[in-house]
Amino acid sequence: SKTSSTFVGAVNDLFKGRSKIDEDLYEELEEILIGADVGVKTTMELVERLRAEVKERKIKDPAELQPLLSEMIGEMLAGNEERNKLNINEDGLTVILFVGVNGVGKTTTIGKLAHRFKSEGKKVVLAAGDTFRAGAIEQLETWGKRVGVDVIKHQAGADPAAVIYDGIQAAKSRKADILLCDTAGRLQNKVNLMEELKKIHRVAQREVPGAPHEVLIVLDATTGQNALVQAQQFGEAVNVSGIVLTKLDGTAKGGIVIAISHELGLPVKLVGLGEKADDLQEFDSAQFLHALFKDAIEEEEAEAAEK
Amino acid sequence: MAFEGLSERLQAVMKKLRGKGKVTEADVKEAMREVRLALLEADVNFKVVKSFVDRVKERAIGQEVLKSLTPGQQVIKVVNEELTQLMGGEQSKLAQAGRPPTKIMMVGLQGAGKTTTSGKLARYLMKQNRRTLLVAGDVYRPAAIRQLEVLGKDLNAPVFSLGDKESPVRIAREGVEKAKQDGFDYVIIDTAGRLHIDEAMMDELKQIRDTVEPDEILLVVDAMTGQDAVNVAESFNRELGLTGVVLTKLDGDTRGGAALSVKAVTNCPIKFVGLGEKTDALEPFYPDRMASRILGMGDVLSLIEKA
Ligand SMILES: Nc1nc2c(ncn2[C@@H]2O[C@H](COP(=O)(O)OP(=O)(O)OP(=O)(O)O)[C@@H](O)[C@H]2O)c(=O)[nH]1
Ligand SMILES: Nc1nc2c(ncn2[C@@H]2O[C@H](COP(=O)(O)OP(=O)(O)OP(=O)(O)O)[C@@H](O)[C@H]2O)c(=O)[nH]1
Ligand SMILES: [Mg+2]
Ligand SMILES: [Mg+2]
Repeated sequence: SKTSSTFVGAVNDLFKGRSKIDEDLYEELEEILIGADVGVKTTMELVERLRAEVKERKIKDPAELQPLLSEMIGEMLAGNEERNKLNINEDGLTVILFVGVNGVGKTTTIGKLAHRFKSEGKKVVLAAGDTFRAGAIEQLETWGKRVGVDVIKHQAGADPAAVIYDGIQAAKSRKADILLCDTAGRLQNKVNLMEELKKIHRVAQREVPGAPHEVLIVLDATTGQNALVQAQQFGEAVNVSGIVLTKLDGTAKGGIVIAISHELGLPVKLVGLGEKADDLQEFDSAQFLHALFKDAIEEEEAEAAEK
Repeated sequence: MAFEGLSERLQAVMKKLRGKGKVTEADVKEAMREVRLALLEADVNFKVVKSFVDRVKERAIGQEVLKSLTPGQQVIKVVNEELTQLMGGEQSKLAQAGRPPTKIMMVGLQGAGKTTTSGKLARYLMKQNRRTLLVAGDVYRPAAIRQLEVLGKDLNAPVFSLGDKESPVRIAREGVEKAKQDGFDYVIIDTAGRLHIDEAMMDELKQIRDTVEPDEILLVVDAMTGQDAVNVAESFNRELGLTGVVLTKLDGDTRGGAALSVKAVTNCPIKFVGLGEKTDALEPFYPDRMASRILGMGDVLSLIEKA
């Protein structure tokens, strides 16, 4: 198919200038992957598999490594065109819950997604479920105003589950299509805060059949190996259904989502590429892979140009 | 608690060495291979890991070490010394200007914890009877000013703001002016989160710096940051000349490799660590204590010292 061929092509330039497959090349590959936060374990696994393939198929040309590697990483990324899409309840209210550690971009992503749904002609309501952090409610309200959607809120310090409950009732009575629920950032090792999140989840389950239709864990691309622990722990608490990878407009690569996707079977559904309302995109694995190797390719090209 | 995973891994390596009556070059190399993996898995930048391991190897394979009566312990001592060095040696205090107010400028990526840390620092200083003014210099993030105002109100710390229609440079200048006039001891300028590659936004920080001439420019870094921590810290340091680092979210279960990377590339001391969302969750950072805690060898070390 078209996507898979562009996907395979994504790293095509990496080993172009190389004449042979040797230890240096494997080592450089390891460094690129680890440097992109792919993690030691997944990197070793990928490089080992690559070595095995090279041996078995008697591959001599470095150029042949690229499609192989792309394919391997592609297999690890659990998504596909179907699974990368948000699960939308076509004949009624869709409830989407956002979870994650502090400062990753939950509230901003909600603002962006509200903007997108609104421009698709959907009726959107936001629930200000972060009643803890200073100014969190006002932050969501500002987004609500900016994109023109209603925000259901209580006072600071209120029970977040009660806010979500009210959000659901309001969304129902206003015949909204989409309810986006913000929650306070919390570190996954805080037991009481994870219990609070479970309660929010239960309220959504109870009030709307089939809800929450998505539980999205928001991960900051700048985060290292701890993102895997985040995905595991939030997954255990509230049955996460997908990943939003934010801040990909920086220089961090977010390589840890490969391990997360592989080990937990979670698709990446959206990526954040900035702070504005339209800086939200569908996950494109070819683009992601290209970015993973981009610096290495540029470095090689710069070196080649110097010679 | 952060660093725990790293600590466990390193201690396991050290334990193997400690028991040995005779240590060969091969033993050291094997141990360093494991140290390398432990550091990489903790998100220490791969370049930093490389030079660390090389340095330890060079010193540890030196004849005095391997031929000493307690070679295993001597190797451990080298690792500990190098790790302490990597973390920054002795504790480093907050600057104090000859003539008040002491001006502190907070900078960093989006969501790192600048605003929260501004509040925490104000509280920390006020506890020492220092009159502190907070300056709301983030005019971009929705409700950023409100966030600082809420924090200030809880602490009884005044917050200077000109709303979000004025330039951050002017806000900073007038904030400092106000602190001078009203006899404040400290003035803390919160700034908007930004990417280190965003030239216009980095320029804005330079203008603020040149206008107010801060005594401290603190880079706020999320302890969960992965390999990219070095790029971020290097850029902020190159553009602004940092005086210190604050490491936040250490109340999580990250292995915290960013701490080691950031210090290594900027040579700036980590001055404080954030250990929670509330304003009392800030502590001065003691690199030497942290290094021995990671190696779990407070007692062991004093024994070696005596030997
Ligand atoms: N560059 C960039 N910044 C982003 C992106 N997404 C969010 N941000 C910024 O990251 C910061 C934190 O975003 P929030 O939406 O407040 O994050 P949060 O997860 O809701 O934070 P808490 O509620 O405090 O846990 C803000 O400054 C956002 O503007 C992105 O994709 N790229
Ligand atoms: N658990 C924990 N959370 C923290 C710590 N420091 C900050 N936070 C949380 O991290 C999130 C982001 O903190 P902010 O202070 O808004 O970060 P910021 O750097 O000002 O963000 P921007 O202004 O959007 O760039 C908030 O949810 C804070 O409560 C900490 O030490 N521990
Ligand atoms: Mg939020
Ligand atoms: Mg802020």
